[in-house]
Amino acid sequence: MVKWTEEERCTIRDVWEKVDIDEIGPQVLTRQNIISFKRHTLATFGDIFTNTSILNNPKVAHRGKVVLRSIDKAVRNMDRIQETHAALSRLHYEGVDPDNFKLLGDCITITIACKLKEALNPQVQAVWQKFLCAVVETSKIRCQKYVGNNKP
Amino acid sequence: MTFGSAKDKEVVKAFWTKLAPKADDVGADALSRMLAVYPQTKTYFAHWKDLSPGSAPVKKHGKTVMGGVADAVGKIDDLTAGLLDLSELHAFTLRVDPANFKILSHNILVVLAIVFPNEFTPEVHVALDKFLGALSRALAEKYR
Repeated sequence: MVKWTEEERCTIRDVWEKVDIDEIGPQVLTRQNIISFKRHTLATFGDIFTNTSILNNPKVAHRGKVVLRSIDKAVRNMDRIQETHAALSRLHYEGVDPDNFKLLGDCITITIACKLKEALNPQVQAVWQKFLCAVVETSKIRCQKYVGNNKP
Repeated sequence: MTFGSAKDKEVVKAFWTKLAPKADDVGADALSRMLAVYPQTKTYFAHWKDLSPGSAPVKKHGKTVMGGVADAVGKIDDLTAGLLDLSELHAFTLRVDPANFKILSHNILVVLAIVFPNEFTPEVHVALDKFLGALSRALAEKYR
């Protein structure tokens, strides 16, 4: 379990309270889909094969909000991220290449950087990165636990 | 190493003209963030007196790094040939693990998002991500 200092908790909450999920969520997923060439994993989104179609895809925008709402849960439960995301971890294990989590994390940071600008200074970015790594690791846990065992 | 389409190159060169006047500051900030957020990278700079964000050695080296990026923009049509000397330097003298190129590239993108929040659109982001990826691969050319 990750340990947080009080200062780190405040820093993460300060960053998060500046994030409007409805505004930033769609931007995060749009960037991730445009950057990533693993588009076959997202065929359920319909047309995501050009930058223009991604920018205008309502399913991509909706998924962005869903992703940030799960991050919101993690911010509110920093001491129990693994437990909070248990069901989500299982869902990802059954359909998502875990390599995508790192790219998603990087896109979240870059999108937040556009919004927060200098408020995301190096020290704040370091704490935010620690938080994102904790979230990414819990999303991957089920993948690591069951690889090769063929257990549900 | 060929990089991207004609459109990607056009986007990178156009963005570089906006970036160039602030390149030194961007380099210093990107390096500061790399050292602060990914402390394992400090190992390459253990000989510096001060590794804190914005310190004199960080600013000086940030300028050096962005000088290399500027050079790469000028050699965008053949990054492998253009960056051969730099690749040898990183492989045999500096001995930097190429995994770190990706870390620095990410932090350059973070700084660009902060300094150019409106211009750093998803299209510009992907073109620069591809360019920095190709630059990193060209730098790793002489490793094996």
